[in-house]
Amino acid sequence: MNQPVIFNIQKFCVHDGPGIRTTVFFKGCPLRCAWCHNPESQIFLPELLYNEEKCTGCGQCLSECPSAAITRRENAIATDRSRCQACGQCVNSCLRSAREIAGYTASVAELVAEIEKDRVFYEQSGGGVTLSGGEVLCQSQAAEALAIACKTRGIHVAIDTCGHVPYENLARLLDCTDLFLYDLKHLDPSLHKEYTGQDNRLILDNLCRLSAIGAAIFLRIPLIEGFNAGDEHINALAEFCRNLTVRQIDLLPYHNTGSSKYQRVGRPYNPGQFAAPSPERLDQIKTILQQSHPNVTIGGN
Amino acid sequence: METRGMNDRIRKLKNESDTSIPHLSIERAVAITEAYEKYAGTVEVPLLRALTFRHIMETKALWIGDGELIVGEKSEHPQHAPSFPELCCHTMDDLEVMNSRKHISFKVTDDVREIHATRIMPYWRNRSLRGLIFTHMTPEWKNCYESGIFTEFMEQRGPGHTVLDGKIYQKGFLEFKADIRAAINSLDFLSDPQAYEKKVQLEAMEICCDAIMIYGHRYADFARQLVAVEHDPVRKAELLELAATCDIVPAHRPQTFRQALQMYWFVHIGVTTEINPWDSLSPGRLDQHLDPFYKREVENGSLTRDQAKELLQCLWIKFNNQPAPPKVGITLKESSTYTDFANINTGGVAPDGSDGVNEVSYLILETMDELTQLQPSSNVQISKKTPHAFVKKACEISRKGWGQPAFYNTDSIIQELLNAGKTIIDARQGGASGCVETGAFGKEAYILTGYFNLPKILELTLHNGFDKFSGKQLGLKTGDPNAFATFDELFEAFKKQLHYFIDIKVHGNHIIEKLYATQMPVPFLSIVVDDCIKKGMDYNAGGARYNTNYIQGVGIGTLADSLSAIKYNVYDHKRFTFAELLSALDDNFAGHDRLYHLIREKTPTYGNDDEYADELMVKAFRAYHDAVTGRPTRKGGNYRIDMLPTTCHVYFGAVMGASPNGRLAEKPLSEGISPDKGADRRGPTAVIKSAAKMDHLETGGTLLNQKFTPSVVAGDRGLENMASLVRSYFSLDGHHIQFNVIDRQTLLDAQKHPEEYKDLIVRVAGYSDHFHNLSKELQDEIIDRTEQSFGC
Repeated sequence: MNQPVIFNIQKFCVHDGPGIRTTVFFKGCPLRCAWCHNPESQIFLPELLYNEEKCTGCGQCLSECPSAAITRRENAIATDRSRCQACGQCVNSCLRSAREIAGYTASVAELVAEIEKDRVFYEQSGGGVTLSGGEVLCQSQAAEALAIACKTRGIHVAIDTCGHVPYENLARLLDCTDLFLYDLKHLDPSLHKEYTGQDNRLILDNLCRLSAIGAAIFLRIPLIEGFNAGDEHINALAEFCRNLTVRQIDLLPYHNTGSSKYQRVGRPYNPGQFAAPSPERLDQIKTILQQSHPNVTIGGN
Repeated sequence: METRGMNDRIRKLKNESDTSIPHLSIERAVAITEAYEKYAGTVEVPLLRALTFRHIMETKALWIGDGELIVGEKSEHPQHAPSFPELCCHTMDDLEVMNSRKHISFKVTDDVREIHATRIMPYWRNRSLRGLIFTHMTPEWKNCYESGIFTEFMEQRGPGHTVLDGKIYQKGFLEFKADIRAAINSLDFLSDPQAYEKKVQLEAMEICCDAIMIYGHRYADFARQLVAVEHDPVRKAELLELAATCDIVPAHRPQTFRQALQMYWFVHIGVTTEINPWDSLSPGRLDQHLDPFYKREVENGSLTRDQAKELLQCLWIKFNNQPAPPKVGITLKESSTYTDFANINTGGVAPDGSDGVNEVSYLILETMDELTQLQPSSNVQISKKTPHAFVKKACEISRKGWGQPAFYNTDSIIQELLNAGKTIIDARQGGASGCVETGAFGKEAYILTGYFNLPKILELTLHNGFDKFSGKQLGLKTGDPNAFATFDELFEAFKKQLHYFIDIKVHGNHIIEKLYATQMPVPFLSIVVDDCIKKGMDYNAGGARYNTNYIQGVGIGTLADSLSAIKYNVYDHKRFTFAELLSALDDNFAGHDRLYHLIREKTPTYGNDDEYADELMVKAFRAYHDAVTGRPTRKGGNYRIDMLPTTCHVYFGAVMGASPNGRLAEKPLSEGISPDKGADRRGPTAVIKSAAKMDHLETGGTLLNQKFTPSVVAGDRGLENMASLVRSYFSLDGHHIQFNVIDRQTLLDAQKHPEEYKDLIVRVAGYSDHFHNLSKELQDEIIDRTEQSFGC
């Protein structure tokens, strides 16, 4: 089995499922949401993050690169990403931590050992582990092995998914998952494709199938003014949710977190005309959705 | 129907308490001078102390503030602090410094200066205990003291932080006096060679019973005098009830809730007037002591919940009226605060082991919440039996961000006390006082003897015992560190130095203990601490049932990370040599960018649930524990360790060069057992896991601080998370945890000084991140967001 590629393990997560949780972020995602604030989660392989704000241009990294991908251009340091192998040599030489590698492979045993460290908190708080991403189910074989290992140890497992994966990838996790945190961005296929790079047929289909077999689901809807927070879409959502058996609907208001992370991965950022819904609007949306589901939260609390 | 918030009376009293300017009072100094002039040399020392105490209680000014329901002040006015010239006779320069220093200042009026110069100094200049202590200390001790290796708690304050049990609610001082008389009558002068000493000590206690009763009666009389001139009929009635209360207590056992509070406060004033026991006394398990009164009176309709709370709030304000008496020199640096460290334990378990939370526990929580006072310090004791509702209520107050209540682990405290030889019943009635120190309430003299600078010992080890700050060879010559072939050799040298300095400290302690036992008995305090009457022995001489001395270790986080920096980089990975490291330390890391970066960014540190660094913390802790624990004290007890700093980590840091962990010269050390600033980067669960690797049960208390941004602990979910963190830490035997909630100002500071806030985690949007890792624009956005309330 291939070892999973992880880009972060975050402890004391308190918004991604019940209790105090440890979230394992798997790297790589089939979607390219225009508002994504974790661009380093998108591609499947480890990659270089370069923080221009921290770089002093000292040039220590220049001679370290075995692929000769780093060059000096006037006062700045440039990296040819087509040559970069993400080997991490330059990271060790950087005295300002301006360079780091996002993503590393880890064995299931290593991940379990890290997850186990916070067992006492899961037990006291009713928490557990959340497998997230990127899209965890793109690495479903490894995710399954990890989820089984956690379940056997009595640790609650949540899967945070965008749903854009073959149903088999979801199905194999059913027996070892306690809760699905299922993201839903838009009901309209063409708008969905325009803003995420993929249409939503697979996502909706998987959601309905999961719902039909009675899986425990928290539906999570990012709310973005200018994309999915208008009356028409919210009413459609309310209608759609009426037929689902989800346990809870979490509304996650969008925050404009800026472009700096895109600079770090060397990709362009097209933020579009997005904004966070106002608190009043959020309450309105909550009220509308409550008509078809009793359990709607703002922020997952 | 319960009422939230302060009523008019409490608001007024609190306002007066908060806005009165701290003054130095000369009243006690004058009284003690008069008494010593009259009695010194004519009677045995315990009688001298007792007669002096009686003279003070007979003559000290009385104060009944308008609207007060509980009475008694250390001096003639709230916020006026007495001095204790028999311990430390201030110089005129000291008075000037006190008067003009920016922080912790005390106004010294011209009259006070005049009296001090003409009346106090001439008598005490050459008679204060402080002078005697410094005369008897060895040159090694003095060098260490002056160089910041350790501090000395008793050089200008008596041994203190004593906590009472329930006996003063069951007996009045007439009954204590009868007990003392019975003990005198049963002395056997033929077969007990100590009988005479005991008789003198017991007679001194008898005089002190009289003294406190005289004080009570004076207040009864004074209240009646005020009745005569009072026009308001409501206040008249209150004054009459006050007089009636003072007719009962302290002579008789209290019969009502109100009398119980007044009883405690009279004893509090007595103990803290007799001597300056750093700087306070605590009532211990106040909720359990008061609950029988409360229940009875609420049941029979003579007291309402609101009235009980008002009375409690009046007591809280009395605590707030007492700034810790002025300190000078190093003692000021180790405890740079007005706070007198009265610390009230709420919750815990009852003597039979059942859950101890009762309705008064909730009244106390409400009182601390509504008054928001730094003193008395208020804590909650949480046992595995404590109801979830109580824990949540405490979390709700704690997340408001002013640090109270702190959380203590009852189950750990009990095990710590059992481990130190207490009975299970005494252990269950024990708790924490001062900052976090464990003791058996009403039955133990547990004496903090001074802070000990752990990272400084490593610094000296790295310099072959030489201290470049003082220019003296303070330590042993354990060898040039360049010659240590292994980390273990270095650590052995560190242990040798550690033992050597603890030897010096303990040597000094023995002498100081002897001086207090013979020169500064405390016959009044001895009445209320078991088994001083039974043994006919003073509290300061070993009369308590249990006697423990603590030496408090400071800077374990800095030390652990320094050891990690050396082991990881010099020995395991050979990234630089010892010589390079020493040269970087000499240069305060200036011009040593690579080395500094490797240490700060690429070396394991304590506080991240990382085995490598945490094992070194445990190793250092174990070395310190072994160097101290079990040494005999003069009073027949043992030495033990605490891990707490008050403000001493700042002072200890100021007398040190750069540390191997990248801490720059003169910067503060890590506080308590918290990780060094910026060293913990994996959030609160990792800190808790790391801290729990220390064996708390082998200490007499540890202190852990945690900080949060408001959003992390917002809403009901946030409360649940806080409660879970507390319960988790305590299930791992952690001793104490307190929470600070980060405000906007802190975030602004973190933006300016990212290197000091590497541990700061903030909620961004659907995820959390290290603040220092965020772009300026995002930091700004989060700062804008961080003004929200906790209501969501």
